[in-house]
Amino acid sequence: MPFVVSSKTKPAYDVVIVGSGAAGGQSAYVLTAAGASVLMLEAGRNYDPVSETPMFNPPLQAPLRGAGTPDKPFGFYDATVNGGWTVPQEPYGVRNSRRGNGWYEATDSDIWSTGQNFIWWRPRMLGGRTNHWARFSFRMGPYDFKPRSRDGLGLDWPMTYEDLAPYYDKAEALIGVYGTNEGLENTPASSPGILLPPPKPRANELLAKKFCAKLGIPVIPSHVAVLSRQQDAGKIPAMLHPDNPAAARALADNMRTRLGCFWATSCGRGCSIKANYQSTTVHLPPALASGNLDIITDAMVREVTVDQNGKATGVLYIDKTTGKECHASARVVVLAASGCESARILFNSRSAQFPDGLANRSGKVGRYLMDTVGAGLGGQIPMLENCPPYNEDGASVMHMYMPWWLYREQQAGKLDFPRGYHIEFGGGRRMPEMGTFDDLENFTGGSYGKKFKEDVRRYYGSFMGFAGRGEMIPNEDSYCEIDPDRKDAWGIPVLRFHFQWSEHEIRQAAHMQKTFAQIIEAMGGKVLSPPARDPRQAIAPGGGIIHEVGTTCMGADPNISVLNQYCQAWDVKNLFVTDGGPFVSNADKNPTLTIMANAWRACDYLAGEMKRGNL
Amino acid sequence: MNESNRIDRREAIKWIVAATATVSLLNFRSFGAPVPAAKGYGTDPDLLKDYEPGDLWPLTLTREQHRAVAALCDVIIPADERSPGASSLGVPDFIDEWISAPYPGQQADREEVLNGLAWLDRISAKRFGRFFADLDDRQKHSICDDICFVPKAKTGFKNAARFFAKFRNLTAGGFYTTPQGWKDIQYLGNVVLAKFDGPPPEVLKYLHLA
Repeated sequence: MPFVVSSKTKPAYDVVIVGSGAAGGQSAYVLTAAGASVLMLEAGRNYDPVSETPMFNPPLQAPLRGAGTPDKPFGFYDATVNGGWTVPQEPYGVRNSRRGNGWYEATDSDIWSTGQNFIWWRPRMLGGRTNHWARFSFRMGPYDFKPRSRDGLGLDWPMTYEDLAPYYDKAEALIGVYGTNEGLENTPASSPGILLPPPKPRANELLAKKFCAKLGIPVIPSHVAVLSRQQDAGKIPAMLHPDNPAAARALADNMRTRLGCFWATSCGRGCSIKANYQSTTVHLPPALASGNLDIITDAMVREVTVDQNGKATGVLYIDKTTGKECHASARVVVLAASGCESARILFNSRSAQFPDGLANRSGKVGRYLMDTVGAGLGGQIPMLENCPPYNEDGASVMHMYMPWWLYREQQAGKLDFPRGYHIEFGGGRRMPEMGTFDDLENFTGGSYGKKFKEDVRRYYGSFMGFAGRGEMIPNEDSYCEIDPDRKDAWGIPVLRFHFQWSEHEIRQAAHMQKTFAQIIEAMGGKVLSPPARDPRQAIAPGGGIIHEVGTTCMGADPNISVLNQYCQAWDVKNLFVTDGGPFVSNADKNPTLTIMANAWRACDYLAGEMKRGNL
Repeated sequence: MNESNRIDRREAIKWIVAATATVSLLNFRSFGAPVPAAKGYGTDPDLLKDYEPGDLWPLTLTREQHRAVAALCDVIIPADERSPGASSLGVPDFIDEWISAPYPGQQADREEVLNGLAWLDRISAKRFGRFFADLDDRQKHSICDDICFVPKAKTGFKNAARFFAKFRNLTAGGFYTTPQGWKDIQYLGNVVLAKFDGPPPEVLKYLHLA
C-alpha cells in the first residue's frame, strides 16, 4: 500500500525523504528506481490534481469571482491548499517596519503592501509548490556556477555547469519542457531531442519582439514545463533508464497518461490532464509504481534523530491526524522540505553532540538566504487597441521571454550593478477577471454608460506587464534562525528571518524599471505608473518571488559550508539536503529545474554510496 | 430587516432630506457600516463547487440599497445592442457578496460602498426629492457627471468620485466575468484547442507584423 498511516510503516527504510515537491519528488523518483525502499513524509494533506483541479471553471462560479484573499492569495482557483504567506498553525517571526523595532509574528498577506522584511510562501499539500508554480524552467549557465570567480562577489558552487548538464537533460526529458536552443551567452542549450517545440508566440509577444529588437533586447521562446505535445513514451524512458527496464516501464506507463496541452485554463490551478509538471502527476506515480515508496501525509517532521556515533537514524514527526509523535527509521535521511524549512529541521535537531543544530559545525545553517530580485512595470499599448479578437490563452503562461542580454556591458563596467535579470512579460486578451478593467478611467477620462462599454472593447487586450527576475548575491545580513519566542501548533520551534537587500539588488531593480519603461515607450505605449523614484519601493520584499534558496549551502570546504557537492552533510554522512537549500548563488534562472537536476545528481551519488556499502 | 426598510418610502425621503440638513453633504463618511463577523472560506475550500452570493457569508444590502446598487450598475453598464445591462446579470448580488466578505480588502470596500450609496440617496433627495433608483436617466447622469472622474471632480465631490471609481471597478469585474460579458468583449478562450496556431493573418496585418 503506497499511502500509509503512521501505524502501518515498515520497521525501517533505506531512505526517509522529508517533503514531496520538486526536490522530494525527484529524490523519491531516483531512489525508488534504484531499488531503495523509501518513506516520504509530507506535512500537508494528500492531493490529487486529476480529481481536484477546477479546469475551465469560470470566475463566475467562484466566491468573489475568484479574486485573491488572505485565504487564497493567488486567487480562489490557485492550486495551493492550506498555504499562502501565512499558514494556519505555523507562525514565523519577521521584522515589520510598520510596527516598530522588535520581532513580530508574520501576518501580511500581500507582498506589495507588506511592512515585513520577509514573506514566506508555503503550501501544505502533497507535491508542495509544484502544484501552482509558473513552470518556467531555465538552466543556470556556466557563469552562474562560478560567479565569485567572475566578479569577486558571493560564492562559487563546488561544481561546474558541465557536472550538472547531463542532469538538466534528464530532468527536462522526464518532466517535459518546451523551448528552443538559441545559442545565447550563458543560456545553455539542451541536448538535441530533449526540448519539446514551443507554442507559437501570441500577438503581443511578437509585437514586443519587434520593438525590443530596436533596443537590442532578445525575445526568444520561453522554457516552460508544459507538454506542447505528448512525450515520446517509446523513447524517453529507455533513454533515462537504459539498464533498468522496470523503471523505464513505470515511467512509460505514466507518460502515456499525460496528455499534451489543450491550450486552455491556467497552469496555476494545476492540471487534470497532467500536461504540466507537478510532482504529484510526474514524479510520484512512477515512484509509487515501483512498489518501493510509502507516503505519509499530514506528517510534520520535527527533527532528525542521531545515534551515539553521530549518524542519522531517522526522523521524529508529528502525525497531525492523531497529534502523536512517531519515529521513522532509515539508513539515510534526505531533507527536501524546501530552503528554510530544511534548515529549521536541522536547527531543531540539536543535541549534546550537535549543540548548534545538526550538520552545523560550520555555523552556516540558515545563512546566505536568498530570494530573486523582482520589480515590474505595466504599460498600455495603443497599437493593440481594437485588435481583431482571437483565442490567445495558449499555455496560460508566457510563450516568449527575454534572457539577460547585457553580459558584455556589465563586463566592461558600463552598468552600476553586477549580475543579470531576465524579463517575464505578458498581456493580451486573457480571461477577464476581477481587476482586469480596474482604473480604466485613467484612459477614458471617467466614462460610464454605453461609452464605457465601448471603451472596454477598445482597451481590452491593450495592456502589457513586464517583470524582472534577477540575481541576488548572498550576504551576511540575510539568514534565518530559530525564533526563541514562537512555536507551531505541535510545539515545534519556528523560524524568524533577517533579510536585507544590498545596493547591488536595489540598483538592479531600478535598471529593470527603466528598461521596462523604454520597452513600453518603444512600443508607442504609456507606462501605467512611472518607475519608482526610490528603487527600494520598486523591489519586491524578500521572499516575495518565492524563490528562497540557500540556508544549507554546499561548498568545497567543510569549515564554511554545510554540504558537499552531492548535497551530503559534511558532519553527518548519511544526511542529505536536496531542495533549494544547497544553492550558493541564485542566478536569474528560476530555481526549480536546477533543484530537480541537482537532486537527481545527489541521489545518483547517494544510491551509489549505498551500493558501495558506504552509507 | 434593516430599520430603513420598514418605513414608508415617502417617509424615508423626508428623513433623508432632514438628515442632509444636519449632516453636510461634504461629510462623506457620515454613516458607519457594521463589520461582518463571518469567517472566510478558509485555506482549503471546495474548488469544484458552484458558489452563489450568500452561500458563504450573510449578505448586507437592504432592499433600498440593493435598488440603488442595481440602478448605479445599469448607469455604468447599461444594455446596448451587444449585451444586456449589468443588473440583469446578477452584478448587484455579486457586489453584495463582495462588500459582505470578511476579508480586509473587501471590508474597506464595504465602508466606501455603503457610504457612497448613502451619499447617492442624499444628493438625489436634495436635488430631486427622490431616491437615486427612482430618478430618470437624465437626473442620474447629472449626478454621475459630477463624480465619474476623480481628477475632475469638484471639491466636495472627491470622496463620492472615489466611491464611483471603486463601484465602476466592481461593476466591470462582475459584468465581464459573465458569459455575456466575455461575449461582449469577444474573449474567445477557455475552450479546448487541438493546437495553438498563434494570431491569425488579420491580427498580424492589423499590427503590421505580417
